[in-house]
Amino acid sequence: MNNKVLNNRAWLLVLPMLVLVAFSAIIPLMTVVNYSVQDVLGPNARFFTGTEWFHSILNDSALRDAFVRQILFSLTILAIQVPLGIGIALIMPKRGWQASAVLILITLPLLIPWNVVGSIWQIFTRGDIGLMGYGLRELGINYNITRNSGDAWATIILMDVWHWTPLVAMLCYSGLRSIPEAYYQAARIDRASKWAIFRYIQLPKLTNVLVIAVLLRFMHSFMIYAEPFVLTGGGPGSSTTFLSQSLATMAIGQQDLGPSAAFSIIYFLVILLVSWVFYTTIMHMQKDKNPHGGA
Amino acid sequence: MYRLDNAQQGEKYNTIFSRTTPAQRRKRNARSRFRARFLLGLYLFLMILPIYWLINMSLQTNSEILGSMTLWPKNLTFDNYIGIFTNSSWYMGYVNSMLYVALNMLITICVALPAAYAFSRYRFIGDKHLFFWLLTNLMAPPAVFLLPYFQLYYSVGLFDTHIAVALAHCLFNIPLAIWILEGFMSSVPKEIDETAYIDGYSFPRFFIKIFIPMIRSGIGVTLFFLFMFSWVELLLARTLTATDAQPIGMIMTRTSTASGIDWGTLAAAGVLTIVPGILVVYFVRNHIAKGFALGRT
Repeated sequence: MNNKVLNNRAWLLVLPMLVLVAFSAIIPLMTVVNYSVQDVLGPNARFFTGTEWFHSILNDSALRDAFVRQILFSLTILAIQVPLGIGIALIMPKRGWQASAVLILITLPLLIPWNVVGSIWQIFTRGDIGLMGYGLRELGINYNITRNSGDAWATIILMDVWHWTPLVAMLCYSGLRSIPEAYYQAARIDRASKWAIFRYIQLPKLTNVLVIAVLLRFMHSFMIYAEPFVLTGGGPGSSTTFLSQSLATMAIGQQDLGPSAAFSIIYFLVILLVSWVFYTTIMHMQKDKNPHGGA
Repeated sequence: MYRLDNAQQGEKYNTIFSRTTPAQRRKRNARSRFRARFLLGLYLFLMILPIYWLINMSLQTNSEILGSMTLWPKNLTFDNYIGIFTNSSWYMGYVNSMLYVALNMLITICVALPAAYAFSRYRFIGDKHLFFWLLTNLMAPPAVFLLPYFQLYYSVGLFDTHIAVALAHCLFNIPLAIWILEGFMSSVPKEIDETAYIDGYSFPRFFIKIFIPMIRSGIGVTLFFLFMFSWVELLLARTLTATDAQPIGMIMTRTSTASGIDWGTLAAAGVLTIVPGILVVYFVRNHIAKGFALGRT
C-alpha cells in the first residue's frame, strides 16, 4: 500500500469512470440540494425558502418515528445476522463437491430480486396458502401480519435474516479459508480447546471481513425498501414503515419536492457519517496489518 | 516436511500425555463433525423451505393452491410457465431485465478496470478522497435519487430505455467493481508490471495482453457481483421505465386482477427470476469466496 508510485497521469485512467459516476451522482444530488431550499409552485414560480423545509422535516414526528424504527431494525438484524453468519461459516465444509454445493445453495437468497423476496415471504406467511402461516395457525398461534404489528415486525426480521445472513456467512467463510493450516496444527499440538481456537486464531482473522460485513449490512438495511413494501406495505398502520419508504411516498406519491429533498439530504448525511466512521476503521486496520505494503 | 514432523510429534505428545486415547478422540471428533453437518443441514433446509414453497405453488393450478393445503403438487401442471413463455408482455420483462443488466455489466467493467488499476498502482492528487467519495455512492439510498433521476433522464430523452437503467445502476455498481477489482489487482506483484514495461510493452498492450488474463478470476467474480446487484434492484429500474423497458419485477405486480391474485403465475414468474442467478453463481463457484471478501483475504 505504501510503495505506490506518485503519478498524476493516473487521473487519465480514472477519468471515464469519474464522468459516468458524476453524471449519475453529482447532477441528481445538485437537483436535490436545489429543491431543498426552494418552494416550487410551477415552472416559473419558485421561491427561496432557506432552511424552512429542514426545520419542518426535523420536527415531523412521523419521520422521527420512522427513524427510530429504522435504527431499531438495523441493530436487531445486525445482532442476529453477525453471530449466525459466523456460526454458519464455521460449519461449512471446506473442500470437495459438498463445499461447492453448499456455496451455491447459501448464495441463493442473495440472487433473488428484492421484490420477489417480498413476494416469496408474502406467500409463505399467508394463513390460507402459505406453509408458515398455515402451520402456525394449525399450532394454535394467532399469526397475522396484516393485523398484528408484532407479527409483521417478526416476519420482516425473519425475512431479512433469511435474505442477508448468507452475505455475512460468505464473508466469514472467505476469511476463514485464508487461515493457513499450520495455525491449526500448532493449536492441535498445544491441545487448544475449540473455543480457544476460535477466540485466538479464527476471530482475529475474521475482524477484517466482519467490519466489511457490518458496514454492508448496516447500509443495506438502512435503505431497505422493496421487501417490506411488498410484504406488509409498511403496515399495519405505519408500524413497519422505514425511511426509504417514507421518502418514496413523499417524493413520488405526494410530489412534495421541497420537504422530500430536505429529507433526502438529511438521510444521506446520516449514512455518510456512519460510512465515514467505518471507512476510517477499515483503513486503520489495513495500515496496522500491513506496515510494509501489500493488500 | 517441517510441518509434518510437528504434526507427528504433536500426535505422539498427545498419545503419551493425554488421558484420552486416540480412538476416543477420533470418536469425539466424528461426533462433533456429525453435529456440525446436522446444524448446517437444518439451516439449509429452513433456508430452502420458502423457495420450495414458491416452486411448489408454481406447479399447481390456482384452484389447487386455494382449495387445499398440499405439500407437493398433486396434479402437476406446467400451465403457469407455458402462460409466461407464450405471452410476450410477460417474457419481454425478462428480456428487458437481462438487457439492462448486460449493458450495465459491460459499461461498468470497461470504466472500472483502468480506474481500479490506477487506485491499486499509483498515488495521485486526491486519490483517497476520490475513493471515499466513490464508496459514498455505494451507500447512497436509491430512494434519494428517485426524483432527480426521473427528471434527469426524462429531460435528456432517455426515459424508458434500457440504457437509462444501465446508467442509473452504474451509481452503485462502478464503486463496487472498483472496490473488488482493486483488491484483486493489489495481490498481483508490482514487479510484473515493471518487467513488462522494461520488455517494451506499452501500457494498453500490457494491460490487455498480460494483466487482464492474470486477474481473470477477479473479473469473473466482479461480473458476478455486478449482475447480482443490478438484477435484484427494482426501485430505480421501475422509476425509469414505463412500458418499453419494464423489468420483470414490475410486470409481476400485474398478477393481481379483479378476480383476485393469480398466485400460480406469480409463483412461476418468481421462480424464473431465480434461475439466472443460479446459472451465474455456478460459473464462479470456485472463486466466489475470495470475491465476497472483495479480493482481500
